Amino acid sequence: MTRLLEVVDLEVGFRTGNGVVKALNGVSFTIDRGESVAIVGESGSGKSTTAAAIINLLPGGGEILGGKVLFEGKDLAKASTAELEEVRGKRIGFVPQDPMSNLDPVWSVGFQVRETVRANGLATDRAGAKAKSIEVLQQAGLPGAEQRFHQYPHQFSGGMRQRVLIGMGLAANPSLLIADEPTSALDVTVQRRILDHLDSLTENSGTALMFITHDLGLAAERASKLIVMYKGRIVEAGPSLEILRNPRHPYTQRLIAAAPSLASRRIQASGAGEVAPVASGEQQAALEVEQLDLASAAEHRLQHEDARREAGDAIVVDELTKVFKIRQGGFRSTEFTAVDKVSFSIPKGTTTALVGESGSGKSTVAKLLLGLETPTSGAITIDGRRTDALTGRARFELRRRMQPVFQDPYGSLDPLMSIGSIIAEPLTVHGVGDRASRRQRVLELLDQVALPRVLAGRYPNELSGGQRQRIAIARALALKPEIVVLDEAVSALDVLVQAQILSLLAELQEELGLTYLFITHDLAVVRVIADNVCVMQKGRIVEQAATDEVFDNPREQYTRDLLEAIPGASLLAS
Amino acid sequence: MLYYLVRRILQAIPVLIGTTFLIYFMVFAMPGNPILGLFGDRAPNPALLERLEEQYQFNQPFIVQYLNYLGNVLQGNFGLSFSGQSVNEILARTFPVTLQLAAIAIVIEIVVALALGLISGLRPGGIVDYFSLGFSLLLISMPIFVLCFIAQFFFAVQLGWFSPTVGANTSIGNMLLPGIVLALFVIATPIRLARTSVMETSRSDFVRTAYSKGLSRRRVVPVHILRNSLIPVTTQFGSDFGLLIVGATVTEGIFNVPGVGNTLYQAIIRGERPTVVSFVTVMVLIYLIVNIVIDLLYAALDPRIRYAK
Amino acid sequence: MRSDLSTGRASDAPHYVSDFADEAVVQIDSVKLDERRSNLWIDAWRDLRRRPVFWVSGVLILFITVVALFPGLFTSVDPRFCDIAKSNAGPEAGHVLGYTRQGCDVYARIVTGTGTSLSVGLIVVLLTSVLGILFGSLAGYYGGVVDAVLSRAGDIFFSIPYILAAVVIMSVLSAHRNIFVISLAIGLFAWPSTARVMRAEVMRVKNADFVMASIALGLSRFRILLRHVLPNAIAPVIVISTISLAAAITAEATLSFLGVGLPNSIMSWGNDISQAQATLRTEPMPLIWPSLALIVTVLSFILMGEALRNALDPRARARR
Repeated sequence: MTRLLEVVDLEVGFRTGNGVVKALNGVSFTIDRGESVAIVGESGSGKSTTAAAIINLLPGGGEILGGKVLFEGKDLAKASTAELEEVRGKRIGFVPQDPMSNLDPVWSVGFQVRETVRANGLATDRAGAKAKSIEVLQQAGLPGAEQRFHQYPHQFSGGMRQRVLIGMGLAANPSLLIADEPTSALDVTVQRRILDHLDSLTENSGTALMFITHDLGLAAERASKLIVMYKGRIVEAGPSLEILRNPRHPYTQRLIAAAPSLASRRIQASGAGEVAPVASGEQQAALEVEQLDLASAAEHRLQHEDARREAGDAIVVDELTKVFKIRQGGFRSTEFTAVDKVSFSIPKGTTTALVGESGSGKSTVAKLLLGLETPTSGAITIDGRRTDALTGRARFELRRRMQPVFQDPYGSLDPLMSIGSIIAEPLTVHGVGDRASRRQRVLELLDQVALPRVLAGRYPNELSGGQRQRIAIARALALKPEIVVLDEAVSALDVLVQAQILSLLAELQEELGLTYLFITHDLAVVRVIADNVCVMQKGRIVEQAATDEVFDNPREQYTRDLLEAIPGASLLAS
Repeated sequence: MLYYLVRRILQAIPVLIGTTFLIYFMVFAMPGNPILGLFGDRAPNPALLERLEEQYQFNQPFIVQYLNYLGNVLQGNFGLSFSGQSVNEILARTFPVTLQLAAIAIVIEIVVALALGLISGLRPGGIVDYFSLGFSLLLISMPIFVLCFIAQFFFAVQLGWFSPTVGANTSIGNMLLPGIVLALFVIATPIRLARTSVMETSRSDFVRTAYSKGLSRRRVVPVHILRNSLIPVTTQFGSDFGLLIVGATVTEGIFNVPGVGNTLYQAIIRGERPTVVSFVTVMVLIYLIVNIVIDLLYAALDPRIRYAK
Repeated sequence: MRSDLSTGRASDAPHYVSDFADEAVVQIDSVKLDERRSNLWIDAWRDLRRRPVFWVSGVLILFITVVALFPGLFTSVDPRFCDIAKSNAGPEAGHVLGYTRQGCDVYARIVTGTGTSLSVGLIVVLLTSVLGILFGSLAGYYGGVVDAVLSRAGDIFFSIPYILAAVVIMSVLSAHRNIFVISLAIGLFAWPSTARVMRAEVMRVKNADFVMASIALGLSRFRILLRHVLPNAIAPVIVISTISLAAAITAEATLSFLGVGLPNSIMSWGNDISQAQATLRTEPMPLIWPSLALIVTVLSFILMGEALRNALDPRARARR
């Protein structure tokens, strides 16, 4: 019997202004009927290109240069358009990444499901098509499918849209479902529910699943087989647990060491004892060069915690409230409480994480602290001084002591300024030093964030996301602040780079005695960086405690949900 | 939807007041006797002078004069032309002709722009793309009167395919040449915009998802790509309608089409200012109404607008 | 080091590991710099340099500018000297393009008219850019009431097609027709399109994190506008200004053609075309030559705008 999918030496290239750039360099793997396989890799690894190449839907300029995609024995790389249309939807379903952009905004959801149903011959007449479409939506777990049939995508939440897309992908009972990061754009708790549902659907119908993700923990949890990709090649492949426990390729080892979800699980599993290393013996040597094992980095933090801790609180937030007026058109407006009586304090030299899903108000807290928004009520005390009592000059001076690093590495640096002037801007604005001393400080800061000094004369778009984030950190440190507000500062980065920035932040904290407010949606990252955690939901802090306590004995159901949503629970605990 | 409609009409009110005020201000806030000023160096007909004075009430303060004028405009009373004829009567006679010309031009514009935009957007860098790029750049560079003369000279005088002027016979065949010229004058922007939006829509995630569901190109192109590309093209059509108005004025003048534009054209050429002012006001009103209609069309095309509160 | 389980293909082994040697895992996120620096303007220039359209239109614009500044270099014939006996006469020595209906030298009139067209274009663009950038950036940056007032004002001016507005102004100011007045008449109603583009760009830029970072530094709102927002928002305005220049030249010609533009004492292609239309059927050349000059001039700026758009437009850039 032929295998369901056999990819043989697949090569894909993209035509650009300077010739063809290869995205896949001889990728080979197989998927059997009913099997679940995850492809893991960072951005640029070729994992999404592999998915797109199988159904021959490469983005503009992309081309299959060589190799075979044997699906049920037939080579899709050489199939005609008509043959491909026959396979797509009917034999191979596809669930895309971003639910916001993958439904046509001008047609109702029902229309889009119905056209899928009809194109795949699941119903011939109008009434039948509608009935089948409603059934598809119901199966996908969309409540009120019949009533919502005529609604448009913008009237659905992200999670609901993703259910619609999953429904369409599985409508024709395909033998293979390709899911390309199907939940990366969603909140963690929603993510988990949707993946569970997807699992049960594919299991029931015996559909094979090809799951593309950047999260190794998630991949291992959801698939029995793992394929790790790096720069257009497969570096390691095999049974999920085997790879997690016994990674052989240095790249896989690094990936496991750097994945926050796995690191957080490893810390959890180790209890009070020593964290088990990812790899042993000589393989460990390769890792230590980069020192990127997040779990041991976290352990290191804990050991030095006492040394860092000074007396007093750097930040005290008391009953902080922010109410926004939302205009409803005309003269009507409703009030929306983004931050609701939030109180917490951050001891000097420590890290407090503010965790919550989108809309929880965590970023508004950051903006209030940084003075980018004015509080409706409540008080912020920084270094013993209430900020609302401060006027012009004193407020300006206070800004020197607290600096932000934002999420988007592509938006946080003025693209028209040289990196030298970006880092020096805080100094010029606050009139610190003369030209020469500022230049000296810029070079110093570049050293501190481990970037070469030549960058001072360069521009931001010559750098990668991680490097830009380092520049943003250097800028934040220029005025030697005591407090740094990190607003999702590592969320947009690939795992390895993320780990690298996290360890840089830890080093800087140790060296400079910094106090961090770390805002994130990712509870896994919190485990490795924070001393204390505040969990936010709908503008309120629902749980607040030391990190270990929150992880070991969560009191609130919401916190437990968030913790359970960290993938990899079943993998390393044993 | 109703909310949107009401809001859109309410938004048009300050604009209407503003535009009429601007026109009125530009014409009558000049020093000297505004009525004599209207006639320039010509000697006015005393009877007309009297009626104009009655119409504009210059003995009143400026703001009262303006409110009178606005009141008249809102009642659909556009006053008198230079020769003493009622502007409304002229409109009743000429408006259907202009509507016919505009209809011909708009149909040609939409069909050709969408076709060229679609083909070049689906195959950027292809022959049709290069042709339509060159074609539209050349057309943007041609002033309307040059376009008119070239068409008149080659297609009417040299080749004799059309009659060089329309005159009283406003049959479709006779109106075709000015209609084509007018369409060509306004077509460049929609071609370019249609191309860009087809290109962008083709690359969008939902189009790829549509293909992944097993839909054929024959379905995806019209139902998803073209349908979405219509939205920006429609919006742009509203802002570009001013160009169509100016184009129609000159085209009707040169081809002697007996429409509203021609009346304005003749009045400009002859320096008949009362007629110019009245007809410019009429044109601005048409522009405002068309833009409201376009916005409603836009809402009909885009459910995100239609169902927004 | 080579894995013993590996047989070369992931598909065959239960636990496949690729060769370490050919998968040398490079240092994570190491800095790889091109020899050349790169930011929006440097990249745009690099892009422009490769475009033939940029060079063709650039050379044409340069040539047109030279003609406008030094018409004496190109003709020694007096464009105002007319001999009615030579009405619509064909080309002859010293008069390469023949004569107009009034018997004036077509070539000399075209050369002298260049300055008029270019001056009007430049003054209008100066006016629309200043008004457009000022109102657009204030509206986009400060939002709220400022935005509401300025945007409604823009809507009002935008709702009167600028050529019609200029017709009215020029009719009223018939006694004062000159290059400045006609430029003012066109520019006064043409600025809203520049302002709209500026407003949209400023609104895009002002939400960027680097603006937030500057606020957090304590830089004043107005300084941020000058130092960070305007420089990052100006590129599309440069594109639209180039195209506005072409449109202004067309507008002047159209107004002059309609008889409400420049008086006959000022050399203008629009006037010449208007006067040649009476004999279009028999003598098309006196109409075609100034039309050609007009088209070539306008086309040069349109092409330049197109080249600049491709090099500067953030959306066009994102596409590459």
